[in-house]
Parts: sequence; structure tokens; C-alpha cells
Amino acid sequence: MSQGIGVVGLYVRDQDESLDFYVGKLGFRVHTDARNGDYRWLTVQHPDQPSFQLGLFKPQAPVLDDATAQSVREIVAKGAMPPLVLNVDDCRASYDRLRALGVEFTQPPEARYGNVDANFRDPSGNGWKMIESRRN
Amino acid sequence: MSTPSDRPPPRVRQDPELLRRLLRAKDRMDAASHEDWPVHRLAKVSNVSEAHFARSFKDAFGVPPHRYLLTRRIERAKALLRDTEQPILDIALQTGWNSLGTFGRTFRDITGESPGELRAREQAAQHELRRVPHCFVSAAQRPGLTTAVSEKRRREADATKDAPIKSEAT
Repeated sequence: MSQGIGVVGLYVRDQDESLDFYVGKLGFRVHTDARNGDYRWLTVQHPDQPSFQLGLFKPQAPVLDDATAQSVREIVAKGAMPPLVLNVDDCRASYDRLRALGVEFTQPPEARYGNVDANFRDPSGNGWKMIESRRN
Repeated sequence: MSTPSDRPPPRVRQDPELLRRLLRAKDRMDAASHEDWPVHRLAKVSNVSEAHFARSFKDAFGVPPHRYLLTRRIERAKALLRDTEQPILDIALQTGWNSLGTFGRTFRDITGESPGELRAREQAAQHELRRVPHCFVSAAQRPGLTTAVSEKRRREADATKDAPIKSEAT
């Protein structure tokens, strides 16, 4: 596929912590990890979805002014960023595996509308819904 | 009609690390809103003192923790009224109330209609909610609570109740 969305970024509290989480626990892989002084462009991707990168970005100067960066850090920590959805083949198996790795689940797998879904948060507070969909 | 308590509180700077822990308490109420959530239990989840907890929570999320819990219970009751045929008494007990009377009164205070009226109206309407993730639907259905009236009533009701705290959800 040559067209479509290439990168969407998440704001995270700490990029090393997020790397451990997304790569070490969720099984993503690093696409780009480029540093320039205090600034670090870090993107990961799902192994089954090489055309899409998920950016793990720190709200920081000089990209954001200090006051805005502080507000964004607070908003992220309060779980107020937009919803994220991760599609999986087997929600219950993924739940068991990720939970054993210490992933913070906020809802165990539930079946509804023909799907099974569970909720978890990344260490920063970003909320993910993990869906096993019959439609796929 | 606005009173001083309706105004948003002045913006407070809060430590993101603390906020992340307060979010954990909010998540726990979300996951098990039918359970009792005394302040000491919530404070423990957030790893802060009880005295600090209620104030920090309100600063962070704009409502005191127990009023937040109430919004979750009402939202869940509305979903059960809309999506199931369960008797209203069962729904009241399942969502954390200990009597039909308290539930009905609180429900009407907050939503402006009785549980039975809401059920009749919702079940007559068409919904296209299947395509939206459940957590989003439930958030959108949650009532906004700007007064503390129902909270006071609930606390009075709770004072007479000594239901055991159910085991911690995982």
C-alpha cells in the first residue's frame, strides 16, 4: 500500500519507559530512534503493520513551550488523550500473556456485540482498548 | 442561576506522577463502580494520604471522588435499563444501591426522569452504538453532576449501610 496514514504520535511520560513497554511487552519493534540533543524522535511499529508508525513523543520544549508541555504532561497522566484501539486475534490469550508481563489492565476481557475486548493503559496513562473482532 | 460552587475551580498545577496515580483510583472505580469506595480505599490505590486524596482528585478531575462514582453508577444503570429487560430492583442492587427507593430518587435527581421512564424512552429509540468502542459509549452516556445534592443523599443512605466490601477487582 502506497497511500494512507504513515505516522500517528502518542505523548508519553518517558521515552525509555515507553520503549520498554511497547517493544518489551506489547511486542512492537523500533522503526526510528533518532536523537538530537534532548530531543528524540522515536517511532515503533506493529510487526504485522509495517506501513504504520506509532510515535512515542515527549511533550517538551522547544517543540512545545514549557507551559504547554506541562499541561500536556498533566493531561496524559489523567488519561485524557483520545482512545486507542489495538486489534488482536485472541483477546483472552493476549490478556493472559500481557498481564503476566505486568501490563496494567483496567478491564478484563468481556464479550459484547460479537467481539471480545479488554482495556489497558500504557505506563504514561494512555488508554488502549484491545479488540478481538469477528468482523476482521 | 450560577452559584459560586458551579464555577470551575482555579487552575491548579499538579504533578503528573501524582495524576497518574489518581487516574489509577479512577480506573478502579470505573472497573467496579458497584463496590463501596471509601476514601481510605481510594487513597491506598493512589498511594497518597486520605486527606490529600479527595482534594487532589477533585483538582484533577473536577468532581469529588464519590460524585464521580455516582456518575458511573447512573451511567451503568442507564445502560442496563436500555439494553436489558432486567427488573429495576435488580439493576439498582447490581449498580451499587441498597434500596430501590434510594436508587429511584437519586436517578430522578440526576437524570430528570424515573428509571422506568428512561427505559421506555430509550427502548423506543434506534441506536447505532455497536460500531463505537464500549468505553467511549459509556463515557458519553455519563451524567454531568454539578450539584452535591444527590451526593449528600447518598452519603446519608450509606451511613445506614454496612455491606461488606467486596474483594478487590484485578
